[in-house]
Order: sequence, then C-alpha cells, then structure tokens
Amino acid sequence: MQRTQLTLSSVLIWGGSAVLGAASLGILAFHRGETVSALWLVIAALCTYAIAYRFYAKYLAARVVCLDPGRPTPATLRHDGMDYVPTNRFILFGHHFAAIAGAGPLVGPVLAAQMGFLPGTLWILAGVVLAGAVQDFLILAFSVRRDGRSLGDMIRTEMGRFAGTVASIGVLAIMMILLAVLALIVVKALAASPWGTFTIAATVPIAVFMGLYLRFVRPSGVLEASAVGVVLLLASIWLGGRVAADPVLAHIFTLSAPTLALLLMAYGSTASILPVWLLLAPRDYLSTFLKIGTIAALAVGIAVTLPALHMPPVTRFINGTGPVFAGSLFPFLFITIACGSVSGFHALVSSGTTPKMAASESDLRMIGYGAMLAESAVAIMALIAASVLQPGAYFAMNAPASAVTADPVTAASIISGWGFAVTPNALTSLAHRVGETTILGRAGGAPTLAVGMATIFSNVLGGDRLMAFWYHFAILFEALFILTTLDAGTRVARFMLQDFAGALMPDLARGLVGSVVATAIAVGAWGYFLYQGVIDPLGGINTLWPLFGIANQMLAAIALTLCSVILFKLKRQRVAWVALLPTAWLAICTLTAGTEKILSPTPAIGFLAHAARYTAGIATGTLLAPAHTQAEMRRIVLNDHVNVTLTALFMAVVITMLACGVRAALAARANPRITAKEATHDMPLLHQGA
Amino acid sequence: MICRCFTKALDVAGQTALLMLGVPDYDAYVDHLRTAHPDRLPLTRDAFFAARQKARFDAGGLRCC
Repeated sequence: MQRTQLTLSSVLIWGGSAVLGAASLGILAFHRGETVSALWLVIAALCTYAIAYRFYAKYLAARVVCLDPGRPTPATLRHDGMDYVPTNRFILFGHHFAAIAGAGPLVGPVLAAQMGFLPGTLWILAGVVLAGAVQDFLILAFSVRRDGRSLGDMIRTEMGRFAGTVASIGVLAIMMILLAVLALIVVKALAASPWGTFTIAATVPIAVFMGLYLRFVRPSGVLEASAVGVVLLLASIWLGGRVAADPVLAHIFTLSAPTLALLLMAYGSTASILPVWLLLAPRDYLSTFLKIGTIAALAVGIAVTLPALHMPPVTRFINGTGPVFAGSLFPFLFITIACGSVSGFHALVSSGTTPKMAASESDLRMIGYGAMLAESAVAIMALIAASVLQPGAYFAMNAPASAVTADPVTAASIISGWGFAVTPNALTSLAHRVGETTILGRAGGAPTLAVGMATIFSNVLGGDRLMAFWYHFAILFEALFILTTLDAGTRVARFMLQDFAGALMPDLARGLVGSVVATAIAVGAWGYFLYQGVIDPLGGINTLWPLFGIANQMLAAIALTLCSVILFKLKRQRVAWVALLPTAWLAICTLTAGTEKILSPTPAIGFLAHAARYTAGIATGTLLAPAHTQAEMRRIVLNDHVNVTLTALFMAVVITMLACGVRAALAARANPRITAKEATHDMPLLHQGA
Repeated sequence: MICRCFTKALDVAGQTALLMLGVPDYDAYVDHLRTAHPDRLPLTRDAFFAARQKARFDAGGLRCC
C-alpha cells in the first residue's frame, strides 16, 4: 500500500516536473513579442536537471557502471590522510566543482547568443544530460575502480601504449590553444581600459603579499589570508576607478592589445618558473573564492531580479553569416559551446584528485554527474546575462572591428542595418555607464558577460551608481581565474615537455636550464596563437575559439571512446550506447567543423580560402586590411597555414583514437572473458601487476 | 542544539573551502595517523599545509577552462 502511495507521489512530482519543464521550453520557443522573462529559462533548466539526475544518472549508476556501495574505494583502501582521504560527499562536491568550473562555460554561451538564446539553451541542456555529465561521471567511476588513475594512464592500460601517446599529444595541443584563447579574452577585455588593466595588475602584488604571509607568518592561515586578499581586490577595483579618472595615471595604464599580449607572455613565463608559494598558489586561492562567490551571487541576482531577455529566441545568424563567429548552426554551435554542455577537459579533473577522495561508490553520481549539471547551470546563467543586453549593444561589443568600425555612429547604423535597432547615443552612454571610453569591438565574451552581470547586480544593489563598479568587478573575476589557468597551464605544459625531453636527456631536462627552455617553448607556443589573434582582422576570437572548441570536444570524444571501450571490456556492450552515442555525435561535430575550417570556400570560415585571398593579393600587389605591408600579408598567409596544420592534427588525433577504440572494442567483444583491468574488492590494481 | 548545529555547519563550510584549494582536513589526517601509524609523528598544522600546497602544484595544480 505504502509503495503504491510512494509511486503515486513520485509520478506526480516527476510527471509535474516534466510537464513544467516542457511548458517552459515551449514558452521560450514560441514566444513572440518584445521580451520574455528569464524565469522560463531557469525553470526549463532546473526541471531538465532534476529529471536527468533522478532517472538517467540513476540508470547510469545502477545499470551501466553498477555502483556498489560496499565496494571499497581507493580512499578507503589506501587511506593516507593526504592524497587518499575518504571525504564527505558534499565537501568533495565543492572540491570537484571548484576544479571543473572555469571561464569556458561563461564565454561559449555568450558567443553563441548571436544565434539567439534558444539554440544555445537546447544544446546546453541536451549536451550536458546526454554527453557532458555522462563523461564526467563515467570517467570518475572508472578512475575510482582503478586506484584513482589519470585519463592518460587508463587509456594506456585499456587501449594500449600507442593510443596513450596519441592522447597525450592531443592533450598538449589542446592546452596550448586553450591558453592562447583564454589569454586573448583577457587582452580583449583590458585593451585601452586603464581601469581594468590597473585592477588586474594589482592582483599580482596582492597575491605576492598573501604568498609571503603564508610562507613566513602562518602557513595554515589560508582562509584569513584569502579573506584579506579579497578585501584588497575590492579596494583595487575602487582605486582603478580613480586611476581611470586621473589623466596621467590613466595614460600609463592605457595599453594596446599587442603590448598586453607581450606582458601576459612575460607574466606566464615568470609565474611558471617562480616558486609556486610566491605567486601561483595564492592567486589560485583568490580566484577560487572569487569564482565561487561570484557564481553564487549571479545565481541569486538572476533568481531575485528574473531579468527580461532582450535577445530574440533565434536570430537570422543561424545561417552562418554572424559577426561573432562564422559558420552555420551545425556544426559550429556545438563547438562554440563546449564547457557547460560537454568539456573534454573535465576528463582530466575527474581522473585527478577527486577519485582519490570518494568515500563510497554511492557518492559518485552526485559528484560526477551532479557537479557537471551545476557547471551547466553556470553556462545557462551566462546565456541569460548575455541575453539581458539589448541585441544592438551585444553586437556592437562582439562584432570584430573590421565589421563595425570604431565610430559609434557608423557602428550603430551598420548594426541597425542587421535588424537590431540601436542608436549611437545608446552605445556611448552604455560605455560611459560602465566606466569605459568605448564598448565597440570588445569580443571574447568577458566584457559582454560583465555588462550583463553589472546590469543584473546593479538592479539588486547600488543601481546605476554602482554599474561601473560591478562591470569592473565582473572583468576582474573573469580575468583573475583566466590568469590562474594561464600560469598553472603553462606550468603543466612545462612539466609535460620536460617529461618528454627527460626520456631523451634526463640530466638536461630536469635542471633550471631545462625548466627555462621548456617554459619558453610552452609560452612561445600559446604566445604565437595569442599574438596571431591580437593582430587578426576578424578579431582573433573568431579564429581561435572554434579551434579551442574543436580541441575540447576532441578530448571529450577521446574520453568517451575510452568509456565505451571499458564497457565492452566489462562485457556490458548492451549498455555501451550511453557512451557510444555522445562519442559519435562529438566525432561528427569535430570532424565536420574541422573539415569546414580547412576547406570551406568562404574566407571567413575556411583557412585555405582565407590564405588564397591574401596570396592573390600578394600576387597582384594589393594590400588587404588589416595588413599594411606585404610582409604582414605574408604573415597572415603563414598563420592560416599553421591553423590548417593544427586543425588537421586535431582531426588526425580524433580519427586515430576512434580507430584504436573500435579495435579494442571488437577485440573485447570477441573475447568471452572480462578483460577490463579493474581493482577488485580486496585487491588494488597496483598489486595485480597492471 | 542550534549552537552545535551552527558550529558543525561552519566546520563543514571551512573544510569545503580548504578542500577547494586542495587542502584536506588536518584533524582527520592526525586522527588517521594516530590510529593507523601510532609510531609516526604527525606533521604540524603548518607543515601539513605547506606539504599539501607543494604536492598539489608539483602535480600541476591544473584547473579546468
């Protein structure tokens, strides 16, 4: 009897959620009129997450991975109080979420808003439920069953050494392109912005101060040092406003994009070589707390104000002619929004420290699947923040200078011509309200998101008076954790290069010389793409973000291929579709997008067509903007060819890994026995000689 | 009762904040060493933090994009 009641109430709850979610999506899709409330987007997302977590994640846990609460985890088997510690699942959720949430879910959806908010919303929701959260959860679970091994280790043991090497080349390449695109976002946000530049520069002495305190006064006082650091950061935002208002100081902190790019490279090199306690670690602490705090504040801000979405559900730019990024909805929407839907990078985090701390297998659904749903919610919030802007202002900020020009009158008339009415006055007044001289051509997502967040925050607190403060707060928040990824990423790339070199010449690779050379190579690699982006006529983001998206989805395809192979080796091929389906989709998207980036006859999309245009210009002696000399023309052609090579490399990695995956899966299917190398109930993997 | 609940919540919040930075719970570490390895002297709180910081960034300390 009780069981019937329970079923009835759950039918009501979950059926109700389904109806409510579907109705909200319907309202978003079919609403015609000026604006629609963000409420419907929030409800649609929350209902989708709830249903996915309750049903699909439960299916994955019970039927696919067959989680067993009684099975010991690496944390319980190898408990050492340091690396392997059984940890409360809520605390571990926080650890995992802080490690996976970064700038990605904030930027991609903002760029994708050029097609309207609906395509982005649908892909974020469908992607996270069927691909992103599945990947995070499966990799976490498989790593837990393998002593908390890393993605690379698991690929080597389950798919062979060759596949492992190909995957690590892929990881190194994706990291270079990731660091370049993140650095470019910071450059775009800080160029000709004395306020922003001052605030970001101030984070360095603040971090060093914290570092010295933690080193010499009280090493365990991380929380108090961070609290002081955050207060100093807020003070530096206020001080930044003063700096921008002072003609002499403002002049000093007004830097051009190429100068900022060089400064970032110098910063990345320094931070990678200095002892971590001095700069890197305290910066990481600051950015972690600021990140979590701001995401929470944004959630509260959206929930309290429920702002109106001014962006139409779908714009005409789904046809591929949009100014923010070129290319049609398929496949480019699906690589523009990577983080928030599915992010291959998470496979590295899910097989990092988290699996070593899970207290029980029954916690994994909440940590692996749940944390990714939370990151997806961050992406939805970014999409809301971008859609809060008037579309005219959105396009003024995100269209490249070559499409819009730096003059508000011309810009307004061009954008109004696209069908998004805006006046020159509106553009200058918005720039003034956020404390900038101009908002035109600030591509890269961060400034757009900052205006959206400032609008939402100032509605809650401070009104128009605090708009500029909130704008620079949002810029600081994004730039801070982007720079943290930049220095940590440079260091990781340096380690990987030193590892590669160490196999050949152990003595040289490990010492200071080795560190300096490896750092120079790492910074040179991402710095090349950064600089290329800075001087790019299309604004750089246009070129680099799709490359990053392709790389990130490529990594996800690799991780999901591994999951499929493991399921075959466990003789659970009947349920392997949960991994095969997203693998196939990601492979189709990355390979189509890669092919289009190389071969499309449209110069805005295809690198070869773009190169051909400039080669023709060189042949006839004509200069094409933005090149001022023939040498610059030749450099643009060279950049195009480098990008072709890189894209081809990404595609080759995906195809190779898929082939390795198919081979391993077929071999496993032919073998009547279970061939996956898992730790067993009473024996860790380590003692099995695997 | 409410007071104890509040202290407990504060404790969990503090532990969460620290683990976000890669620092596991010190008291749990000391407890573990006392029961599992009574012969070994636990690190001091400060040494524990410094060791955890070093370990995390030696492994890369990578965050996601």
